[in-house]
Amino acid sequence: MSDLGLTQIWVYLSASPLLNLFATLVAFYVATRINRLAGGSPLLHPVIVAIALLIGFLVLTGTDYATYFEGAQFLHFLLGPATVALAIPLYDHRERVRRMLWPIAIGTGVGIVTAVVSAVGISLLFGATPETVLSLAPKSVTSPIAMGIAEKIGGIPSLTAGLVLLTGVVGCIVGPWIFRLTGVNDPTVQGYSMGLAAHGFGTAHCFASLGAVAGAFSGLAMGLSGLVTAFLLPPLIHLFGL
Amino acid sequence: MSLIIGMSLLLGCQFCGEVISRALSLPIPGPVLGMLILLIGLIVRGSVPDSLRTMGEGLLKYLTLLFVPAGVGLIQHFGLISRELGVLAITLVVSTAVTLLVTSQTLHRLTRRGKTTGESDT
Repeated sequence: MSDLGLTQIWVYLSASPLLNLFATLVAFYVATRINRLAGGSPLLHPVIVAIALLIGFLVLTGTDYATYFEGAQFLHFLLGPATVALAIPLYDHRERVRRMLWPIAIGTGVGIVTAVVSAVGISLLFGATPETVLSLAPKSVTSPIAMGIAEKIGGIPSLTAGLVLLTGVVGCIVGPWIFRLTGVNDPTVQGYSMGLAAHGFGTAHCFASLGAVAGAFSGLAMGLSGLVTAFLLPPLIHLFGL
Repeated sequence: MSLIIGMSLLLGCQFCGEVISRALSLPIPGPVLGMLILLIGLIVRGSVPDSLRTMGEGLLKYLTLLFVPAGVGLIQHFGLISRELGVLAITLVVSTAVTLLVTSQTLHRLTRRGKTTGESDT
């Protein structure tokens, strides 16, 4: 049903920038197969592999990004409605939120402040340029929200998109290792932390390797922390004088 | 028709979000406000319409695909990335690890305390 949904949507949309749209879908399909062959390793995440394949394709064919984006913009546009759609899983989990209101509220606040302050603090300490710092600030938030935030605060949205994806990969690799080291074995805590620090990548990883409860909590954390970060980040950035 | 109704609901919420964000020049992205509007709408209504669930869950299922076009945009920032590679790598790894550590420890302590006082539900 949803396959059909996505197909119907691009039929609506123009057919002229066909090649780059087609290339994007083929690259994603090939990347998904490669990831499956690699046993679902987060290092070879389909998104990372697809981006690498497409960058190779653009370089080989001498296509510039603006031309590529004329085709790919139709997929990119769907990020807006997809962000709105995050309200659906949030609504589905409203009972869990109500029951664990305080731990979730405090954990979300502390986690978001840690994510933003550590990203901004470390990058400033090592002498990153202001626009790099502002592009890094929303790195733990799911891409559509992070790009919106970066645009609003003066970062580079497309750089943020890439950094968000890399954060997801890092989170999937170090997360399970940190949980083992600190003896955190509650799947709700593991899932929530992964979703907060590593957004959709963390959520996908939780469903794949930590179970459905961790996955559900991770999805909840992704939606909730995205929403709260959009409100908290601009004043936090202000504290650093940016 | 259900896809059209579902997509219209999503775009309608996004549209209202964009209008509010721009009209009040808020630093919050329009789609995030749209998400909040939809969430309030769902809570008031008390259920998710089938059309909205079909469209919304279809989009969320393919969310990772939707990141690709923006990610390819990294091609424009090769200069910046190679100049600041060290800072970027250190920040991503350290900040992500610290965030995971602090968040999991905070929740771990709070939920455990809930359990000992008999309030937990996990």
